[in-house]
Amino acid sequence: MAECDLKLLGMWASPFVIRVRMMLEEKGLSYEYIEQDVFNKSELLLKHNPTYQKVPVLIHGDRDICESLVILEYIDENWFGIGPPVLPATPYERAIARFWAAYIEDKLLLSFIGILRAATEEVKAEKIAETHTILEMLEGAFKKCSAGKGFFGGDSIGYLDVTLGSYLTWIKAAERISGAKLLDETKMPLLVEWEKRFLAADCAKKTLPSVDQLEKHARNLQVTRWKVASAN
Amino acid sequence: MAGSGNSEVKLLGAWASPYVARARIALNLKEVQYEFLEEQFGTKSELLLKSNPIYKKIPVLIHDDKPICESLIIVQYIDEVWVSSGPALMPADAYDRALHRFWAVYIDDKFVPSLFGMMRAPTEEAKAESKEQALASLQLLEEAFGKISKGKPFFGGDTIGYLDVALGAFVGWMKAFEEMNGFKLLDDAKTPLLCAWAENFCNNEVVGAVIPETAKLVELAKVMQARFKSAPPAN
Repeated sequence: MAECDLKLLGMWASPFVIRVRMMLEEKGLSYEYIEQDVFNKSELLLKHNPTYQKVPVLIHGDRDICESLVILEYIDENWFGIGPPVLPATPYERAIARFWAAYIEDKLLLSFIGILRAATEEVKAEKIAETHTILEMLEGAFKKCSAGKGFFGGDSIGYLDVTLGSYLTWIKAAERISGAKLLDETKMPLLVEWEKRFLAADCAKKTLPSVDQLEKHARNLQVTRWKVASAN
Repeated sequence: MAGSGNSEVKLLGAWASPYVARARIALNLKEVQYEFLEEQFGTKSELLLKSNPIYKKIPVLIHDDKPICESLIIVQYIDEVWVSSGPALMPADAYDRALHRFWAVYIDDKFVPSLFGMMRAPTEEAKAESKEQALASLQLLEEAFGKISKGKPFFGGDTIGYLDVALGAFVGWMKAFEEMNGFKLLDDAKTPLLCAWAENFCNNEVVGAVIPETAKLVELAKVMQARFKSAPPAN
């Protein structure tokens, strides 16, 4: 592991944090992980991310880097040549990767959280359909970006793999709670294959919470924060 | 390949869109020859629907028949492709780049919605809230400018950079709102650095050619406000 003065402020269930941890793992960079209580923000968090007061925050020496996708680009540029690349090699491929990462950020989280927050069966069905549409788009994105290889990043796990991969346990938890299949091999076969490959990687095994843990957390959020009855 | 005069560059856009202005300013700074294809207000061309099927929005850069969407992504693409033409838009150092990217995200996340929120606000209360948020955002950007510019005229230092383009493309609309609402968004007392920055930015030749006249934007804003009031906003 390459030694460097790195700390990461995070929260175990946050996909935004998980994707940063995944990439640090892929690059072989060691860091001190400091778990934060996001409902009871620490002095440390307020000091290092005064603008948003959110995790993740990468603290590199006296530098604070915030916003998960900005952090991923920083990791790519600051440790270029160490371990696999984060972003693809050409400007066009990079533009495509950035586009799909923005799309994922824009649509996916809201959509499957929407399933968990749905107050009626009708809204739930709507959100499930929405999630399918989004994942179908990402199936197309995978086909284009992977160009026949195993990952969005080609031969190695990269920017788009971790951006989407960090949501995988949440998606499974949402499937369990809602009873609906979201990553469906009949609708998005390439993504389902990618998911298996991705989950077998060290970076995924070391950073993703268990589905049991996340299901419990999600059910708790349903009851305490989102005020919806948690389905059986 | 990159930067060759033979490669075909088209930009789908509209004269009043600040997001399009970002792309145009970047292309102009990099001295790229391109064809500007103006979308008509209220309609979407076949080419737009084909090039950006997901969002159906401008700007779209089409380079050698390959579409690139999302204004900030386009600006980075331009910087990376036409790397040997004009000054670099992104700073050299990885941390400086992270700062430019962070504040560009902030601008789109917090500042722009509050700026246009003032126009779209259905009540005086909502309008006041948007105004507060806009002013608060500019205060943070003032502080950020102090740190990032290191005493130079732009976020990019001596020359216009990525963050200058990200924010500067909105200066025309900022002036329009100042005129329409009778208060200053950029204030010599509260945001002196950004005031000086805005002047330097607009005085740049390639920028001046892109940012629309305040009067025209005010006129357009009045038309749009009437539309918002009479019908729920589309898009």
